[in-house]
Amino acid sequence: MARAARDARLHAWLLAPALAVFTAFWLLPLTRLAVVGWSGPQGLSAYFAVVTNAQYFRSLVSTVVLSLGVTAATLVVSGVAGLFLTRNEFPGKKVLLAMLTFPLAFPGVVVGFMVIMLAGRQGLIGDVSEWVLDERIVFAYSMAGLFTGYLYFSIPRVILTVMAAAEKLDSALEEAARSLGASPWRVVRDVIIPGLMPALVSAGAICFATSMGAFGTAFTLATKINVLPITIYTEFTNYANFSIAAALSIVLGVITWAALALARSLAGGTVSAAA
Amino acid sequence: MTTRRSKRFWIQLAFTLLVCGFLVVPVVLSVLAGLSENFFVGVKSGLTLRWVGEVWALYAETVYRSIGIALACLACTLVLGVPAAYVLASRQTRWTRAIEELLVLPVAVPGLATALALILFYGELRWFRQSWLFILVGHVLFTLPFMVRSVVAVMAAIDMKTLEEAAASLGASFRERFFGVILPNARPGILAGALMVVTLSIGEFNITWMLHTPLTKTLPVGLADSYASMRLEIGSAYTIVFFFMIIPLLVAMQYMSGAGARDKGERWKPAR
Amino acid sequence: MEAGAVRVRLEQCAKTFPDGTKALAPLDLEVHAGETVVFLGPSGCGKTTMLRIIAGLESPDDGGRVRFGDEDVTAQPIERRNVGMVFQSYALFPNMTVAENVAYGLKVRKLELAARDARVREMLAMMHLDELGHRRVDQLSGGQKQRVALARALAVRPRVLLLDEPLTALDAKLREGLRVEIDRLLRSLEITSIYVTHDQAEAMALGDRIAVMEQGRIAQIGTPHEIYYRPQTAFVADFVGTMNRLAGRADGATLEVPGGRLPWTGPARERQELLFRPEDVSIVDGAGVHLRGTVVSAFFLGDHTRLIVDTGAAQPLVVETTERRTFRQGESLALAVNPEALLALER
Repeated sequence: MARAARDARLHAWLLAPALAVFTAFWLLPLTRLAVVGWSGPQGLSAYFAVVTNAQYFRSLVSTVVLSLGVTAATLVVSGVAGLFLTRNEFPGKKVLLAMLTFPLAFPGVVVGFMVIMLAGRQGLIGDVSEWVLDERIVFAYSMAGLFTGYLYFSIPRVILTVMAAAEKLDSALEEAARSLGASPWRVVRDVIIPGLMPALVSAGAICFATSMGAFGTAFTLATKINVLPITIYTEFTNYANFSIAAALSIVLGVITWAALALARSLAGGTVSAAA
Repeated sequence: MTTRRSKRFWIQLAFTLLVCGFLVVPVVLSVLAGLSENFFVGVKSGLTLRWVGEVWALYAETVYRSIGIALACLACTLVLGVPAAYVLASRQTRWTRAIEELLVLPVAVPGLATALALILFYGELRWFRQSWLFILVGHVLFTLPFMVRSVVAVMAAIDMKTLEEAAASLGASFRERFFGVILPNARPGILAGALMVVTLSIGEFNITWMLHTPLTKTLPVGLADSYASMRLEIGSAYTIVFFFMIIPLLVAMQYMSGAGARDKGERWKPAR
Repeated sequence: MEAGAVRVRLEQCAKTFPDGTKALAPLDLEVHAGETVVFLGPSGCGKTTMLRIIAGLESPDDGGRVRFGDEDVTAQPIERRNVGMVFQSYALFPNMTVAENVAYGLKVRKLELAARDARVREMLAMMHLDELGHRRVDQLSGGQKQRVALARALAVRPRVLLLDEPLTALDAKLREGLRVEIDRLLRSLEITSIYVTHDQAEAMALGDRIAVMEQGRIAQIGTPHEIYYRPQTAFVADFVGTMNRLAGRADGATLEVPGGRLPWTGPARERQELLFRPEDVSIVDGAGVHLRGTVVSAFFLGDHTRLIVDTGAAQPLVVETTERRTFRQGESLALAVNPEALLALER
């Protein structure tokens, strides 16, 4: 019995520093944030502002629609490319993989810059379109540019998840389906996608959460459309609307946390960083 | 099935290459932009390091500060995270699971919220608010879960409990066990976590942007500044500096995870 | 979808993998229509590779041909070969119920619902799975899973049935029970079947013929009797059942070995090795003694006793006897070997 008590005390001491830092610098400040959220002129209704106020509501809707769109596109693109890479060996595959996962470490700002390189006023796409269509296509600073940017940081993450899950698929299941006459497309539909489903949903939820909370990319692209993180930022820095900023960020935090909790319950494990 | 490449293979390869291109081409473009005399004219205008030189003159401080903060962050996460990971790996109770969930919150919630909370709570403390320590706190909160998770994973994989029991049965005290048996065996996890923490810290923007002051700029903050206010070549050259710092870290991480996977010996097996 | 029993022929099929490993040396094989051939061998001998070539999951090296009846199916991928395949891990689709699994091949062939349901019910009844149609596969026991796998493979009336170590994942008692069921099933269906296993008891019980494989080649192919009583190489003799080996000088009438003399009328030779089975050694009482030895260990196995006997040779002898007495360690025994059971084999 003494052993267990001694262990408990030791463990408490070992855990204390991390918990102390966490409480002092996150738990308490965030509680204060929540309080500030309902201490403004609107009181508690500030928390519902995201639905009641037209501007904030639009911001929320844009963010959600954008995030859902990015998630769908990323899943499809990463699914196809990820499966292909898991199933095939060819010279240069390692290089390809390295190139695909390199952008994982980019902060949102750099991603924004990449979008400018592709679709900005002096971007590559503009050059190509001018050469082909005599018209310079510039979309970096619009919703399309934001979409491109979000796609840019989402694809590497999801490809890695898809590849990890695809490697664990039992090849006997596919062979069984083939032995029963299933065409490759049927095998994908009936065996592979159901087999990958938990990983796909989990990766999709992470993608959604990351897109919802992304700030750096939108900031760099100085977009005219408002996504929620930018709205929060503007309220705080430009209008000193602390309570609204606090309330909105708590609401956003709850949304992203819920999405990630869903992802974790389906995948049982790894949650990756926000961008 | 055979080595004959089907049409599907080529189509999928083309698609994958397209995706790859989408990701890599802008990187190449920005590198070229940072190294050419004049972006409008392109590479034809000649290659030069003058932009990199100008970047260094303007922003060297941010680079040093980022490195400094990353190392300090690493030190903090090691001291805070490794003991915590030990406890979380030793006990699997409701409490420890709750604590793990708790520690992940600064990652699950947008950096903006964490930053706002810190400003509102500690903003009055001028010396703190204006020092690089303020940024360090944000980084530590964000990177700690990664260190903890990485170390916990390794501790579980090596069956740390049994190793500890064996050491205890041979008479080792806790300190001897911790430093002589547990830490050395957890080293791969600690290393992987360390690489992760440093990489994340160097690239952290969402929290840092809110917390910084003109005197405590980090590299990503500088990047944002230069993208907004400097000419394209400078922004590109600055980005090159960032790539330079990040690439060795990424290569090291790839190498480590490759070595780990090799040990476990798990790969999709081709037809028997 | 209809098919009478079909003959399977492999002509000069070899397999070299991209990394250079030679899994199969060029071989020829003919499986008669309706016959069950068992590929038996240790892991790495190429039996599974051979099965996968017949299935269409692998292609033989250039020049190899696979024929079903008179049709050359070498270029046909598995999706079109209409084979039924049963996997070691069952490979049941976890996202479908038992009935959906069994119906899958029929669905792919676009059979209408009514006909499909009828066939599924027929298969489930045949495999004694009547009540389990709606169950999810993770709720089934190992034996039930294997029966579902069989039902699924047979539902499409395949030309050839291929079984890849289907019983290896099951425990011993279950294995024996299912072995009997599978044997009965294969006989009643009269379908050409190819069965891969490393378990020689299974091979002997199920095969019309057994092909013993070693390092990518067929060492011997024949009926279980032929394989057991007339093995053509020492490998085959060793792999199937237990073999005793004694070597010594042959003088034309006997073989002089440690422990005594064996009745061997083969040509005189400095060194001759002979093999014989444990059950061909009997314990005698004075007359007709060939060998003498002492008991090292005795294993009472119920219906017979297995004795390890030291005769002074390099390896102890294994003797099987149905004598009902107990044997003690160190006891001296006088043994005789049935002369007709002595085999002289090259490796």
